[in-house]
Amino acid sequence: MESRSLIAKRVAQEFKDGDLVNLGIGIPTLAANYIPANISVTLHSENGFVGLGPAGALVDRDLTNAGGQPASIALGGATFDSAMSFTIIRGGHLTATVLGALEVDQEGNLANWMVPGKLVPGMGGAMDLVVGAKRVIVAMEHAGRDGAPKIVRKCTLPLTASQEVDLIITELGVFEVTKQGLVLTEIAPNVELQTIKERTSADYVVSPNLKEMQV
Amino acid sequence: MNKVINLNQAVGHINDAAVIMIGGFLSVGTPEAIIDSIIKKNVKNLTIIANDSGFPTSGIGKLVVSRQVKKLVVSHIGTNPETGRQMRENELEVELVPQGTLIERIRSGGAGLGGVLTPTGLGTMVADGKQIITVDGKDFLLEKPLRAEVALIKAARADTAGNLIFRKSARNFNPVIATAADIVIAEVQDVVPVGQIEPDEVMLPGILVDYLVKIQEEPYGK
Repeated sequence: MESRSLIAKRVAQEFKDGDLVNLGIGIPTLAANYIPANISVTLHSENGFVGLGPAGALVDRDLTNAGGQPASIALGGATFDSAMSFTIIRGGHLTATVLGALEVDQEGNLANWMVPGKLVPGMGGAMDLVVGAKRVIVAMEHAGRDGAPKIVRKCTLPLTASQEVDLIITELGVFEVTKQGLVLTEIAPNVELQTIKERTSADYVVSPNLKEMQV
Repeated sequence: MNKVINLNQAVGHINDAAVIMIGGFLSVGTPEAIIDSIIKKNVKNLTIIANDSGFPTSGIGKLVVSRQVKKLVVSHIGTNPETGRQMRENELEVELVPQGTLIERIRSGGAGLGGVLTPTGLGTMVADGKQIITVDGKDFLLEKPLRAEVALIKAARADTAGNLIFRKSARNFNPVIATAADIVIAEVQDVVPVGQIEPDEVMLPGILVDYLVKIQEEPYGK
């Protein structure tokens, strides 16, 4: 399985019936394709509604997802203004937020909004999502395009939030962020522990109950 | 009083160096016709408070491209490369604010509050130079209120009293900025007589809306 799909499939296993979840742009958005049919998960779109669904045949200029792409609202969904949208986010009403990262470190710090001097898109809603959601799941490819580790001892890029990340899911494995540091709890099929070690610069321990990712 | 005015009358309220709030999220729910009229009037040195700077060819981005903006207070500029370019060349000042903090700063400005206490941005560069206030053992950043001279909003439907109905995800910042400006101008597609919008359907009370500009747009669903 291609790594982005593999990550998205594993992310979807984190969801439970009745959850309200915000999915960031990129790999996190793909997780919507793998939500099991026997559970109901509501997606929150920070531009102002719950019940986010894929675009239908008719494009409606008044309805997009938070990335500006055409979208739909599922039956039972609701629209609201940005103050309500961020009340939902910051007020602890989101079960989980799933986001990508430029860097995530062993203390659960996250950097995903700017590279000084190079890329300054702005934080959008990311800082509020990471602080407000009950669970913060980072879903990303394990290393950068240049092969540089993205799971590091200490973030060097400007932080999105301090010590808020709970879980890191990559195409190689799954790490839990605990008070004692990172714990590798799952490893992807046909991946060696040595490979993870080579591509991770953070300190971590391998769980005694290490499992294979079910993807 | 008659609230319905034309585009020329609307931009008569916007002068050089004005501080304006504009509704929309990546140009969805942005009053495009009023923006086009501001470009025609060619006022300069605007300070714009909004969610984002749109795209080069739509929304607030058009005002950046036409070099009428001195300062932006926004959460995101990534969809408009021209904003980034002007920022790097020091031609444009950009204050990046987390989206949830931005909307609450505006809400507090419109609600008569002295600001908001939020955990968002603690431990990041957003906290630089800001006061941290501890409430019941928990730290918060003090974020100050925002107000503007003019708010430009977009709605789907109005009655002649200015009561507004928004549509789908085009609501976003619009009803909130309408509370935080001295003059509020709404670009609407439809103006109906009072009584045709039930009080329970009103999403923004007309007492907050000073003027309506009726714009003929192509039908929904396109």
